[in-house]
Amino acid sequence: MSTNNAYYIPHKATWPVMATAGLLTTLVGFANYLNGSSIGSPLMMLGFAIFIVMVAGWFTLQSTESESGMYNHGVGISYRMGMMWFIFSEVMFFAVFFGTLWYTRNLSVPWLGGEGAKAATKAILWTNYTAVWPTNGPGNVGGHFEPMGAFGLPFINTLLLLSSGVTCTWAHHGLLAKKRDQLIKGLIATVSLGFLFVLCQAFEYHEAYTEMGLTLGSGIYGSTFFMLTGFHGFHVCVGAIILSVVLFRSAKGHFTPENHFAFEAAAWYWHFVDVVWLGLFVFVYLM
Amino acid sequence: MSAVTAEHDHDDHHHDDHAHGPEKGWLRWVVTTNHKDIGTLYLVFALAMFFVGGTMAMIIRAELFEPGMQFVDPQFFNSMTTMHALVMVFGAVMPAFVGLANWMVPMMIGAPDMALPRMNNMSFWLLVAGILLLASTLFMEGGAPAGGWTLYPPLVLQTGKALPFAIFSVHLLGISSIMGAINIVATILNMRAPAMSLMKMPMFVWTWLITGFLLIAIMPVFAGAVTMLLTDKFFHTSFFDAAGGGDPVLYQHIFWFFGHPEVYVMILPTFGVASTIIPVFARKPLFGYSSMVYATAAIAFLAFIVWAHHMFTVGMPISGELYFMYATMLIAIPTGVKVFNWTATMWKGAMTFETPMLFSISFVVLFTLGGFTGLMMSIAPADFQYHDSYFIVAHFHYTLVPASIFMIMAAGYYWMPKWTGHMYNEKIGQLHFWLSAISVNILFFPQHFLGLAGMPRRIPDYAIQFSDWNMISSIGGFIFGASQLLFLYIVVDTIKGGTGEKVTDEVWEDAHKHGLEWTLPSPVPYHTFSTPPTVIPCDHD
Repeated sequence: MSTNNAYYIPHKATWPVMATAGLLTTLVGFANYLNGSSIGSPLMMLGFAIFIVMVAGWFTLQSTESESGMYNHGVGISYRMGMMWFIFSEVMFFAVFFGTLWYTRNLSVPWLGGEGAKAATKAILWTNYTAVWPTNGPGNVGGHFEPMGAFGLPFINTLLLLSSGVTCTWAHHGLLAKKRDQLIKGLIATVSLGFLFVLCQAFEYHEAYTEMGLTLGSGIYGSTFFMLTGFHGFHVCVGAIILSVVLFRSAKGHFTPENHFAFEAAAWYWHFVDVVWLGLFVFVYLM
Repeated sequence: MSAVTAEHDHDDHHHDDHAHGPEKGWLRWVVTTNHKDIGTLYLVFALAMFFVGGTMAMIIRAELFEPGMQFVDPQFFNSMTTMHALVMVFGAVMPAFVGLANWMVPMMIGAPDMALPRMNNMSFWLLVAGILLLASTLFMEGGAPAGGWTLYPPLVLQTGKALPFAIFSVHLLGISSIMGAINIVATILNMRAPAMSLMKMPMFVWTWLITGFLLIAIMPVFAGAVTMLLTDKFFHTSFFDAAGGGDPVLYQHIFWFFGHPEVYVMILPTFGVASTIIPVFARKPLFGYSSMVYATAAIAFLAFIVWAHHMFTVGMPISGELYFMYATMLIAIPTGVKVFNWTATMWKGAMTFETPMLFSISFVVLFTLGGFTGLMMSIAPADFQYHDSYFIVAHFHYTLVPASIFMIMAAGYYWMPKWTGHMYNEKIGQLHFWLSAISVNILFFPQHFLGLAGMPRRIPDYAIQFSDWNMISSIGGFIFGASQLLFLYIVVDTIKGGTGEKVTDEVWEDAHKHGLEWTLPSPVPYHTFSTPPTVIPCDHD
């Protein structure tokens, strides 16, 4: 990586326009699907296909440029700042759902049960409701359900994700020490643990839906449970896909101890997803 | 205006630019990564949306000209108030400031371009996609969203086919804003010329650095809130439904956690533009530069801890009412610092009153007025009287129209000669200013009286005693709307050659003492600062 050349500024960009087209088509398709229109699903698939092609193309372009030494130190810092601020925006996104869980558990559900100044709520609207957690509300929305315990699959998933964080760091050490073998093995382990996590979560969801009566429609408990764990699971998938790309590039001989932004970005993202899971495990499953 | 100065050294460092001129043909505007091109796209788009949103405002004022139902049905009227707000906030004001940031931030800090040029392109096109989705809802079964721009459940869940489109439009606009903000923050933190320390940055750059942080923090919050609306409507969740243990008030808390910083997203860059223009025409350095920086940061911090003053009448615990009341009042302190600083900058200055300065002075006066009515409403028991009345409409329009919109236009007048190399027509500019400044008060001042007399907002018809002030307000509205066509004329005319007068590089007398952009040629070459400038104008110590 050269540090003397000028800051690299591309002179035209076609992938961003394609990314926009892909996103717009997907969302127009999804909105039509939700409205019950038959063109919804095909449009969504088309948009998603455009998006996949775009991701492949844009990633390839970036890695080619990076490997040919077009990015100087300054570009590397911009990319790192970009990734850090992106992760900060993700933190705020998850904060909404954690905040929702906190607000409903500690404020609105007790209010429904008549706590504090809200005695009239219970007396007039919901005389038979006693505030407890977990709850599906005074309307018993979604019918009877069992809450998800912490020490089954969720605990195994905690172990899986925590060890994937360790293997990811081990791979990073391999990269810095120019041990290509350790880098690749570490990444294979990380990606495998990541997908194993998603698989376990799929089993957990299946069990919830088929045996425990716990669905997205199970009142506020089901809503917060699936929204938090679902968005987290989606982020695990995205992180695992990004790490797979990094693995693929590592196998092709990309990255040096000085120039490996893609690896760092993927690793930061992975650790972020890991930390979110710890929050989930404590606030959604344990407490 | 003054003579050309000979000190600048720009001729030395753009000798390699000819290799990378703009693309040929219309495709240039689609694939461009150039901060000036993208800035232009943002500004042109914002101007177009200003007229779209303005047309909706004209429909609103036409319907309210007299009591009784005149032109539109109530559902469409409510769509107009909702869409007017969404288009103006997300389509006009925010993109205009992003456009100004794109154009000016790299030039002000001595950078060759934005830090992430490809992402810059994507944030613009996502904005267009988001607004297209939003505009498409006007033509859908059940009409465009009509529950107000805040999209409160359960009312908004009664929207027809438009609901998912409106929600996804918020998602796209959110991604666009986050990308734009990340880009601006990375540019400011990473791309400054070596001599440009943080405390030497122009105020406009400072305000955008802090605005960028606000945007990255709040847009995901709005995205989360509307995502829950989507799942409540289509996937059986109970986030905002008390029967399932949720709470519609929760939406209001989340929305305003986004919404309050969001209004500062629209006002902080406004402050930045004012702090840029006033010193130049007062021929003095900005008074209290560092206090301006700290005041901006303080306002941004307070933005996150005052949100529920939008919800005083919703039934919060009394401790909440008191906390949010006192916290809100605190905002008057850093804002007051700013107003006094602008005034002190003008004090004993050698002032001239070109159009940008006229807009800036009226901004200081009228924004202060809007701030005072905000202070009135921060008093929780008093707010119970004004809440959801035309008083609040008057309040926030005073902070958005003669503040944000005026300063966007002031920025246009101020920098257009630099961008185009042509001088705008000063006479028409001043005519535009006087018509706007007078009519904006005819338009919004009577709305204070209407609100205090009890006229609710977001209604297509009203009791007969509100007739006179509504008619006056509408007349002011029509004059204001028509006056803006002058601005459109000036923009087009200036691009085509303006007065024909050749502008100097510094354009305004001694402007080169105030900012790096005035050391560059007029019009600015396609690429600037391929090597960082070494001398930084530093007028604020």
